[in-house]
Amino acid sequence: MMKMTLTRRAFTAAAVAAMSLGTPALADGHQQLDSIHFLIPGGAGGGWDGTARGTGEALTESGIVGTASYENMSGGGGGVAIGFLIENADSQHGTLMVNSTPIVIRSLTGVFPHNFRDLTLVAGTIGDYAAVVVNTDSDIQDMGGLLEAFRGDMQGTAIGGGSVPGGLDHVVTAMVMQAAGEDPLGVNYIPYDAGGAAMAALLSGEIAALTTGFSEAVDLANAGEVRIIGVTSDDRVDAYPDAPTMMEQGIDTTFVNWRGFFGAPGMPDETADAYRSALAAMYETDEWEEVRARNGWVNIHNSGDDFLTFLEAQEQEIGDLMRTLGFL
Amino acid sequence: MLEGLLIGLSTAFSLTNLAMVIGGCLIGTFIGMLPGLGPMSIIAIMIPIAISIGDPSAALILLAGVYYGAIFGGSTSSILINAPGVASTVATSFDGYPLARQGKAGKALTVAAISSFSGGTIGAILLMIFAPMLANVALLFQSPEYFGLMVVGLSAIAAFAGTGNVAKALLMTLLGLIMATVGEGALFNLPRFTMGIMDLQSGFGFITLAMAMFALPEAMYLVLDPSRSETEGGSNEIKDLRITRDEAWSIAPVIGRQSIQGFLIGVLPGAGATIASFLGYAVERNIASKEEQEQFGKGSIKGLAAPESANNAACTGSFVPLLTLGIPGSGTTAILLGALVALNVTPGPRLMIDEPQIFWAVIVSMYLGNLILLILNLPLIPYIAKILAVPRNYLIPFILFFTLMGAYIGQNNATELMILVGFGVVATVLRFADYPLAPLLIGFILGSMLEDNFSRSMQLFGGINFILERPMTLGLLIIAALLVVVPSYRARRARARAEGAADGD
Repeated sequence: MMKMTLTRRAFTAAAVAAMSLGTPALADGHQQLDSIHFLIPGGAGGGWDGTARGTGEALTESGIVGTASYENMSGGGGGVAIGFLIENADSQHGTLMVNSTPIVIRSLTGVFPHNFRDLTLVAGTIGDYAAVVVNTDSDIQDMGGLLEAFRGDMQGTAIGGGSVPGGLDHVVTAMVMQAAGEDPLGVNYIPYDAGGAAMAALLSGEIAALTTGFSEAVDLANAGEVRIIGVTSDDRVDAYPDAPTMMEQGIDTTFVNWRGFFGAPGMPDETADAYRSALAAMYETDEWEEVRARNGWVNIHNSGDDFLTFLEAQEQEIGDLMRTLGFL
Repeated sequence: MLEGLLIGLSTAFSLTNLAMVIGGCLIGTFIGMLPGLGPMSIIAIMIPIAISIGDPSAALILLAGVYYGAIFGGSTSSILINAPGVASTVATSFDGYPLARQGKAGKALTVAAISSFSGGTIGAILLMIFAPMLANVALLFQSPEYFGLMVVGLSAIAAFAGTGNVAKALLMTLLGLIMATVGEGALFNLPRFTMGIMDLQSGFGFITLAMAMFALPEAMYLVLDPSRSETEGGSNEIKDLRITRDEAWSIAPVIGRQSIQGFLIGVLPGAGATIASFLGYAVERNIASKEEQEQFGKGSIKGLAAPESANNAACTGSFVPLLTLGIPGSGTTAILLGALVALNVTPGPRLMIDEPQIFWAVIVSMYLGNLILLILNLPLIPYIAKILAVPRNYLIPFILFFTLMGAYIGQNNATELMILVGFGVVATVLRFADYPLAPLLIGFILGSMLEDNFSRSMQLFGGINFILERPMTLGLLIIAALLVVVPSYRARRARARAEGAADGD
């Protein structure tokens, strides 16, 4: 029966492909945990997926953790996975869920009925700064130039981003404009699907500037297509020291789009601490350095209580801004 | 250029790289046949393996093989069981599935294989010659033009608005557009029309809806109306494996036109293979002769060849913005971009100067991938087509299993299954009432892109005046209007003339 062989073959191929992802590595003496199960609130291939699988890869290949398994649970822009973790908290002590800045924004707008306080905060592990970029051919040389163009023609100086209005890139754009003393409500913010479409719009001259992730901007700046006119970091970033910070241009604002890991509510302290120390040990390994460099991530480590402080500060800042913008 | 081609050939023709492309094609074809696992997820799965190879050329060759294999595998499930696993093969099922029902599954798969091969190869040739020049074309279109293009794409529904069905087809299109508005909209980050159901916040899933509208009603129809499957039931014996010389001649110009048109649409970063396949279908239907036009949607080999050449050529075209500008034009090329960056290759204007061997390896891997796919698949077609010779009692549960699995596998979310079954029942009722379901899916697929580009244009131009300020947008809208109005005007005049002649007698 051809039908049977076909399906079996297809399944074998799928199984082989899937198994090779979670290659268990041999522990070389400093193993801290037997296994971690990663819950990924989105589909395969997204940012969360890459973060969880990259972290798992570094943890297992360096021998800190014996085996890692992964589960993609998409739906509700991440809300389904959060709900699942909370409802099944008792049986999910071996699970770490990956998440990022949008959990703060979506909880504020009430899209998620829960917020980060309903979960066990394990650690923020990596992050990316935001950057404002213009086309290399543009007359705008720095943030001063952009602000001047903005004051001259607010409607015509459209600024794009890879999120819906009220989403991450819009919040960052408004934050920068407010810190520069402009009216964040006056910004003509144009939303795009994340990634390619926004960049194509910038290069085609549809928008004057684009707010995007710093690592994404660096790739295009290296290719000579865009000029980074402002980064939301405290100091210039080593990966691309030519890019000036907002701070040095007199715009008093910083922003980190973090990614990190959460546990189910009521996770015992010693379990959570074991995860925290495993993640902390990961930063010292070559395996992590390789994964981090490959993905262009920035190490921004906030563990346990530091993570809570960080998230509360970010929630406060974003919340104030969104109230100003009329989104709350 | 010849020199570059030689660099590429010498890179590709090592034993390991040939093994890569063959392995990639096989993996891609077989996984791609499962609805729900499109090129994007298969490539995402293969990337860690490709990266562990270390050599960027070999990794790219493997991924290109997987990519082409997956696209080809995807059309197989569209043709055989009416289950398009990716949006770009929806148009393939319009004529591919009717052909399979008529017992011409082997012929349909052959036409699809040849059209895919030609589309991919012609696309690769165009990419090789024109890539640097086309970088600027990719930036010609802005949001207003994309809006215009989506409207032209919508005119593909005209094919289903045949005799007396115009109102039904329009109704279904509207329903599709309405369904596309569920979830978070383009203008504000709050959910719309989700009725408080969290699973609907990101809108309906494409695969869920495609299975609910196409595969499930077909399977139900076969159960509920056995007479139909038996009278038409050539499905139990496979005939017509080969295409005749006449048929080959009739689809050759279609393949040629659609390879070029599809490639050009693929070059635009905001359009992609899905739009290319719908436009290809609409255009070919409109320029076909009257008798051939009747066949579209009922098993026309031209109607199958058009979207198949167009979507493959468009996939190749989407490499233009990727390689020359570093802009991914589709979800799949976005993932490929990630793989390239991980391999320390930065696509962009400098790629051809700094690392010509990468550029040429990609081109050669495209030729090889397409060729090997054709060589591997042509002999397999009779066996694959025999799936339909399985008795109905076994075939239908098998289709249902694949349909449900397709909706579940990518999401791991059981709610998708409830949505699938719910809509599947509604779709079956509509199918019995003779409402065409394809316009609903076309409306759904194009709806969110229409809305996004329209609202962006409104915001950029401060109102609706962008239609007049952008001549190309106006031109596209006029083309769309003509594509809908002219055929129905022609039909009406033909009818009037026929009546007039009858009166005169």
